[in-house]
Amino acid sequence: MLVLGWKLAIDAEIYKKVVLASVPRPNFAPRKVNLSVLMSRKIRIKKGADIRLKGRPATTVDAAASTATYAVQPPNYHGVTPKLEVKEGAAVQTGSPLFHSKETPAMKFLSPTSGTVKSIVRGEKRRILAVVVESDGKSEAVALAKIDVASASSDAIREAMLSHGMFPFVGQRPFADVATPTDAPRSIHVSGFDSSPLAPDMEIVLKGRMDSFQAGILALSALVGGDAIHLGTRPGQAAYAGLDKVEITEFEGPHPAGNVGVQIHHTLPVNKGEIVWTMHAEDVANLGETLTSGKYTAKRTVAATGSEHPAPRYYQTHIGCELASLTNGIQGDSVRVISGNPLTGTHAASDGYLGGLDHQITLLPEGNDPKFLLTAGWLSPGLDKFSLSKSYPTWLLPKSKEFVMDTNTGGEERAFVVTGQYEPVFPFDIYPVQLIKSIMANDIDAMEKLGIYEVAPEDFALCEYACTSKIDVQDIVRDGLDNLKKELG
Amino acid sequence: MKALHNMLDSIRPHFEEGGKLSRFWVVYDSLETFAFTPGHTTKNGVQIRDGVDLKRTMFLVIVALIPALLFGTWNQGHQYMLSIGEVSVADPLMMAFFDKMLIGAIKVLPLVVVSYGVGLGIEFLFAGMRGHSINEGYLVSGMLIPLIMPVDVPLWMLALAVAFAVIIAKEVFGGTGMNILNVALTARAFLFFAYPKQLSGEIWIHEVATSKAGGLLVDGYTGATALGQLASTVGKAPTEPAVMGVMDMFAADGMFSLTNSFFGLIPGSVGETSALAILIGAALLIWTGIGSWKVMSSFLVGGLAMGAIFNAMGLNAYMTIPAIHQVVMGGFMFGMVFMATDPVSAAQTERGKWVYGFFGGFLSIMIRVFNPAYPEGVMMAILFMNVMAPLIDHYVIQANVSKREKRMQLSLSQRATA
Repeated sequence: MLVLGWKLAIDAEIYKKVVLASVPRPNFAPRKVNLSVLMSRKIRIKKGADIRLKGRPATTVDAAASTATYAVQPPNYHGVTPKLEVKEGAAVQTGSPLFHSKETPAMKFLSPTSGTVKSIVRGEKRRILAVVVESDGKSEAVALAKIDVASASSDAIREAMLSHGMFPFVGQRPFADVATPTDAPRSIHVSGFDSSPLAPDMEIVLKGRMDSFQAGILALSALVGGDAIHLGTRPGQAAYAGLDKVEITEFEGPHPAGNVGVQIHHTLPVNKGEIVWTMHAEDVANLGETLTSGKYTAKRTVAATGSEHPAPRYYQTHIGCELASLTNGIQGDSVRVISGNPLTGTHAASDGYLGGLDHQITLLPEGNDPKFLLTAGWLSPGLDKFSLSKSYPTWLLPKSKEFVMDTNTGGEERAFVVTGQYEPVFPFDIYPVQLIKSIMANDIDAMEKLGIYEVAPEDFALCEYACTSKIDVQDIVRDGLDNLKKELG
Repeated sequence: MKALHNMLDSIRPHFEEGGKLSRFWVVYDSLETFAFTPGHTTKNGVQIRDGVDLKRTMFLVIVALIPALLFGTWNQGHQYMLSIGEVSVADPLMMAFFDKMLIGAIKVLPLVVVSYGVGLGIEFLFAGMRGHSINEGYLVSGMLIPLIMPVDVPLWMLALAVAFAVIIAKEVFGGTGMNILNVALTARAFLFFAYPKQLSGEIWIHEVATSKAGGLLVDGYTGATALGQLASTVGKAPTEPAVMGVMDMFAADGMFSLTNSFFGLIPGSVGETSALAILIGAALLIWTGIGSWKVMSSFLVGGLAMGAIFNAMGLNAYMTIPAIHQVVMGGFMFGMVFMATDPVSAAQTERGKWVYGFFGGFLSIMIRVFNPAYPEGVMMAILFMNVMAPLIDHYVIQANVSKREKRMQLSLSQRATA
């Protein structure tokens, strides 16, 4: 029996080697599939959650009062070490370089206004926190080279984006920081809508700017050899109809469906060794306008939102404007001014500046008062508390009810205890808790295997919100990405 | 409440670094954060946080335990009255309600007090030593432990079991959230192996032993649990009179009938007897999303599956107990709802929870039928699955990892051919 088995095994080997090798076989090697044909154009994101906050912006758009000073803040551009090009007191115009990236000296960061450099704000270890420019109100602009986006070469566009101050707005996966200009991205992805709490409606933001948006798309397309740019939209968004060089994928479902990382994951996921670039839709329009007009464009249509905002609405302004011009005079210790949305934004001083990558401000009540257990603390009925956990009865209320939320942590930090909390709000085929634990253990190999190449801190924002143990998930993911980048060199 | 907070604030300096009572900082801190959710605000990352915290989560589990606790207290009194003939099975259940509650409470309350006293004492000690604040994990363990004990367990034995469980099963691993085994079940397993005589299934009714000696016991009342009775049939032919006598108890009009087992009018550990009371708790846990419905339902399916397999085999009297009857007896329901769902010691992945729960239930029934030395299989099955949970998770995650690797290979070969 044994001998027979052995003989059969030998025979099979010979058969495989001699007979099969000589028979012509159809080629089963995977070929490049035309994804635009195969892929379903509409993707339904089931996991996630919409946090129903009070203070959504009215659809009115006002021009914000022009502010006395503007600031460009290097910490907004993660992964960039700033090298100053100006000193305090220097005269600058709109589009004059204020500093450049130490890693890529060609990458310039331009002044959004004309005037004089008022101050260089430094933090610990003399780290540059902001370059503040006092506006002279004249809006004199540097004349930059105009680019024909339809015909320019990839190199010409890349150089122009660096010198015209537009490259810092390009992000990348992996690492979720400012892209490296010398890389060859596999694809470029733009999210056509923002799903975060109280987020601006992109159709209002881009109203009247679709020509610039198209020009920006053409420029980006040149960077990927003329391939279409992947644009994620809501189903049936008319504003994006008829665009050239875009491949539209429609996304249904709750936040974070609008996160570009989620859209990449569900269209063309990032594998180890691949690099994907991303850009915010409003920055795509700014890119198009800058390249075609030869004038640095740093426009922002900011959604001024939040329960503490007296009149939530949109303001037209510029990057780095004073937040005071958007808050309708609200200030003080009882209100928190957030540059950005409530999940990923930064806590700004009320005399601070709009962040370079922010398109929204949110005013929320500070929650720095202790809450008695029975009335507002952990034993309270909590009829006014929005929660994803169902331990408050408010999940029974109609979906139209909106809530006021303050900045209290609602408890103290604890070890991981409750499971199954992150997964329902994390629409990736990735195990979030295990990935976070591998980051905490700084196990690079495990992080790679568990899918860290695909994620950004913002994708974990809802996990952090929902966490019973109050763990700083986004900080941990950021550390993991930074360590990974360091490790890969 | 301002006044209370001002008072806490005014005594705070004594407990802070350099104060006279600074070594009791943990006590002060835990009391203050118990009364007032601190005014901590978010910093980096999210600016808003969900209102739920570990205190609220753990508290809701305790609320879910209340039906089982109250019923268990009453039932201990009820069983005692039955055993001494004060009431009979035919009497209305509400008869002598307060007497039954009182007798039950006299026995059950000390268990709760000792469990919390010893357990929290150790927790405070370790928190003080490590310089971190008290974790809420023991609030639940401390209630679970008395509910899975025989009511006459000596208090010193209970204290020893609690100390063993908290120190060996939890604190040496790093405290709440780090343990591998379920803390409450470890306490019971400790007693089971250290003092097997006392947990053999003979002392499950308050004072039965003494009543026996005094000749007070009603005829034919042994006080053994359903599972203890059934364990005595293993290895004997189904036709033996003793076996048939036991099986009669499980018939529709017997002491351990399906109805009695479901409502819990039988001897057993304090909280485990009433499937109904436990299921009320389960409903709350599932409704609030705190207990995993996946673990509970797969555990139940696993138990029913094993029960059905035994029914089909029918090799001895024990195997012929209907599957549905099997799962309402003993600690199965309590283990399913409150032990297997412990998020720290269960499988952590959603897919793993199905496997973990199914085999937990499956093994519970298997152990109880195959091994009469362990009349209660649930404890062993869940502890075993606690140990297996990381392995289950490993394979679930590995499947995800290799899927990602395959995707990368495919993409590489696509680029190579393009």
